[in-house]
Amino acid sequence: MAQKVLMKGNEAIAEAAINAGCLYYFGYPITPQTEISEYLAKRMPKVGGLCLQAESEVSAINMTLGAAAAGSRAMTSSSSPGISLKSEGISYIAGSDLPCLIVNVQRGGPGLGGIQPSQSDYYQATRGVGHGDLRLIVLAPSSVQEMASLTAEAFDLADTYRMPAMLLADGALGQMMEPVDFSLFEKREVPEKAWAANGHGGKRKKNIINSLYIDPQELEDSILARYKRYAEVEEKEVKYEEFMTDDADIVLVAFGITARICKSAITAARADGIKVGLLRPITLWPYPKKILNSIAGRAKALLTVEMNMGQMVDDVRLAANGQCPVHLYTRTGGMIPSVDEVENKIREIAASL
Amino acid sequence: MTTTMIFAGSGGQGIQFSGKQTAKTAMHQGKNVTFLPSYGPEMRGGTSNCTVVISDEEIGSPSVTSPDVAVVMNLPSFDKFEPRVKAGGLVICDSTLIDKKSDREDIDALYIPASELANENGLTGFANVIILGGLIKKTGLFTYDEFLSLLTGSIPESRAALKEKNEKALKIGYDLV
Repeated sequence: MAQKVLMKGNEAIAEAAINAGCLYYFGYPITPQTEISEYLAKRMPKVGGLCLQAESEVSAINMTLGAAAAGSRAMTSSSSPGISLKSEGISYIAGSDLPCLIVNVQRGGPGLGGIQPSQSDYYQATRGVGHGDLRLIVLAPSSVQEMASLTAEAFDLADTYRMPAMLLADGALGQMMEPVDFSLFEKREVPEKAWAANGHGGKRKKNIINSLYIDPQELEDSILARYKRYAEVEEKEVKYEEFMTDDADIVLVAFGITARICKSAITAARADGIKVGLLRPITLWPYPKKILNSIAGRAKALLTVEMNMGQMVDDVRLAANGQCPVHLYTRTGGMIPSVDEVENKIREIAASL
Repeated sequence: MTTTMIFAGSGGQGIQFSGKQTAKTAMHQGKNVTFLPSYGPEMRGGTSNCTVVISDEEIGSPSVTSPDVAVVMNLPSFDKFEPRVKAGGLVICDSTLIDKKSDREDIDALYIPASELANENGLTGFANVIILGGLIKKTGLFTYDEFLSLLTGSIPESRAALKEKNEKALKIGYDLV
């Protein structure tokens, strides 16, 4: 029988990265994700890898770019303000068609904000991390088990589509402990990195990793080629979980730690006969638009619950496309919504139907 | 069945350790479990707390407003969490450090002079383990032996004194209740 271990979410990410064959980690400490660096500083040398604390986030992301360009599995991690600093490098990585993993264990913002859990980097992750036409694959774990399994998945997806992937977690998931089973992972076949600039002793034509195109036609062509891959990701890689949605009049939409609070609230409301369920997006990009559109067509109301002032709700409204009302309940600044608060909101909506 | 617990006290009292040990033992019983710590500057003093949820079902929220059990080891924690304990629940206090009693009639209260007992028995710093002894006896969540084996199981032989102290502290708390 596989052994379950009790681990912090941050540690589970780190161990999963090693299991996934990541040999290069570049970081810079910031609460609430420093355990990733701490763990890898101990483990990486034992597996022949490198864990390097750079002098800044900007250095760390560009070192990640370098290792990825050489064809290695590479990662970096940070928390919200640190991801802002990494944005430029992330744009260069996307523009260079490089696969890597970027972990954001979110804390409250803007500015230095706070150190408590938040989901207020949803826009940044899905819309605005770095300049230019670009996408990241964004995965949102909701348990320590998923912190591990989606880390492995993120590496595979990044390699498959030659693009950066982001694991978008939060301080609660990073700090909390739960049992993890590392034997449960599925591994994908990923393509060879024939494009890697990794040294070949003059045996082949040199590979060039670049994000600069002076000729606008060339740049447009490179972006169009990239967007073809993005379209494929949107077609094939959408992930979500449905919880009690079959007969639900009210469907909650929430990701990450918030989705778990919603599940507890749903269970409590169901006990009183309120027909309520949850759609939990696991990929935030690509967003589960189709399923949400079909749910919006049969539900009487949707309720988005987020730890920000309402960011994912834009995607929910786009997907629902006016078929039913979309309500919003939020806490922000590091506050976690309580089960009671969400349950009260469900009851309020149920009473209005 | 689901049991929700909050452990709270001052940084340095071993609050996080107590919660982790409880979670670890529950995991070894095959239960689902979550351990959610407060994080930040607590390790340098100030208040520290953590939430443990133990369940046969999938666990939704790892954060809990009203716990079944609150273990409190200083007065601010008593003031904060005793009123939140669910009706029919339990509050366990280190009565050396908390000179108040619960005046709620809908919850059970257990007062263990853990810090005093620890000092009297050469176990300074082990008040949290004395409390754990009382906790497992009172709640019946774990047997003494299974809790002890995980408590001392990871301590290397080279630190036999630490093993002994943990065992002694657990027994004092267990036998008291």
